[in-house]
Amino acid sequence: MYAIQAENLTKIYGKGHTEVTALADATLTVSPGELAAVIGPSGSGKTTMLTTIGLINEPTRGRVIIDGVTVANDGWVPGIDMKRIRREKLGFIFQAYNLIPFLTATENVMVSLGLTGIRGKEARLRAAELLDKLLLGRVKNSHPSELSGGEAQRVAIARALANRPKVILADEPTAALDTANGKNVMELLKKLAMENNSAIMVVTHDSRMIEGFDRIYEIHDGHLTREPEYQK
Amino acid sequence: MNLAIRDILYHKWRFIQTSFGLGLLVAVVMSMGGIYRGLIADATVALKSTGADLWVVQEDTEGPFAAASRLPEDTEYRIAEVPGIAQASGLSFQNMQIMRFGKPLRFFLVGYKLNGLGGPPLIIAGRDINQKHYEMVVDKTMKMRLGETIRLGLNDYTVVGITKGMNSVSGDPYAYVSLADAQDIQFKEDNNAIRNNRDRIADKISKVGSLSPAQIAQFIPLVTDIAGSTHIVNAVAAKLAPGANIKEIQETIHRWNHYRAISTAEQEKILTSGMIQKSKMQLALFRSILLIISAVIITLIIYTMTMEKLRVIATLKLIGSPNRVVAGLVLQQSLLIGLIAYAIGYIIISLTYDKFPRRVELVTFDLLALFVIVMVICVLSSLLGVRKAMGIDSSHALGG
Repeated sequence: MYAIQAENLTKIYGKGHTEVTALADATLTVSPGELAAVIGPSGSGKTTMLTTIGLINEPTRGRVIIDGVTVANDGWVPGIDMKRIRREKLGFIFQAYNLIPFLTATENVMVSLGLTGIRGKEARLRAAELLDKLLLGRVKNSHPSELSGGEAQRVAIARALANRPKVILADEPTAALDTANGKNVMELLKKLAMENNSAIMVVTHDSRMIEGFDRIYEIHDGHLTREPEYQK
Repeated sequence: MNLAIRDILYHKWRFIQTSFGLGLLVAVVMSMGGIYRGLIADATVALKSTGADLWVVQEDTEGPFAAASRLPEDTEYRIAEVPGIAQASGLSFQNMQIMRFGKPLRFFLVGYKLNGLGGPPLIIAGRDINQKHYEMVVDKTMKMRLGETIRLGLNDYTVVGITKGMNSVSGDPYAYVSLADAQDIQFKEDNNAIRNNRDRIADKISKVGSLSPAQIAQFIPLVTDIAGSTHIVNAVAAKLAPGANIKEIQETIHRWNHYRAISTAEQEKILTSGMIQKSKMQLALFRSILLIISAVIITLIIYTMTMEKLRVIATLKLIGSPNRVVAGLVLQQSLLIGLIAYAIGYIIISLTYDKFPRRVELVTFDLLALFVIVMVICVLSSLLGVRKAMGIDSSHALGG
């Protein structure tokens, strides 16, 4: 069973003469423990692909299956609690980290845990454990404004992993980092994908960062133009 | 973990400044309420402290506080004889202004019979008046010392006691003297005026052709005496005997004595719905405007705070936060701002209410009602922010 399965995924914005096809018949699969990258220039449809797979943008056509649950089939499947699937099965990593500025590193991770009912002491312990694992023990009580870019992104990774999601979606996770920090973050993602058996899908425009990925998809004007590339 | 509290703690100085500003506004609203209650208390303090059931005044007048009323002093004996009356005392009231240490000092002078009704209800320093003349008790807001002497009318009066909480409807403090002294202060003329009056009366009487010179000589001192009499009171306060029917007594006094007998409840209505009605309305309007201003300010603050958190809210939504978490963040912050502002307002008014020139009476019910109103305003004010937060698309969290 694939962790992510998208079939003929199409997203069209606007209607009539203002119609824009942001994603056209995209088909991809990512298995548990696999690292997939979608690369392409700005405006190619990378983020649209991420948001439709991430249950943020309703696809116009096509099918999306997350961890065996069909969530979209020519539009959302009625009766599916998208927010619940997002909090239980998906983890998100953002280009600008998107940490909550008024919470400490530990509390940022605890927010994610709280959404699945893990609160209080247990949440604090689990968050601290995760941060230690990501070598962030020293800054666990710091606010995002006190963290370096690399530290902030590692906290964001900890938050994304907190609920042990089946799928992690990362939107340009290294765009705000220098090359060394960017490579560190990618290495960390690979390691965690292996450990947690999570499928990781990264959209990026920087092909230097995808070394060692299992599958690489290239996207241009909404079309996946390159067949999956198996690097392993 | 409460996100609203975390945000407030992180931005504590900004929250404190905002809440302090709002707190000042809330303090003003509280003070308006206190002034309103103070007005009522001032208007009715004499009624309550006297302990009278009936106020007998000149026919067709509204009583000694709301309108002028003059009665012969001996009216009290006639009222005391009415069946059902247990005690009756003449009282005199007058507004006075004198110069003290080069500054005007206004007060409301009450003349009372030393063993009768209407004297100072509480002595906080010194003693009550126990001599029939030249002693006075003053309210502490007059800031006079025991033993201090002031000149009222033709004589000097020594402060022998201090009372508190006694202010007239116009906010002037009460001062008490014996009834005889009050009558002298109010009606007694100096020697020149007495001489002028006597000459005027003699001139008028001498022009009555039907009187012989001997009769004229007899009439002049008699009429002069009556015209110069100071034995006048402004009202007679009366206490009813147990079981007496107040309506019947009012009717008896009206029919047989030709005076108006106003019950304390009626007198209170005259004072609160007549004399201070416009002030009450003014204060109520002012309070309403201030509450509307508070609501607008809270709305703007909450809306601005929500706008500042667009990405945080979008991120929370994207990672799967239920709507109640997002709405709760906005609503709880609004309520916390209101709560802190209310606490600051309460502290400010508690520390300053007795420094106001007029009585400010803080009533628990009013304070609780205002608390509920502030909380309701916070809830309503947060609706715009909640609406904005609900409308934020989670995709807003993506991108740089």
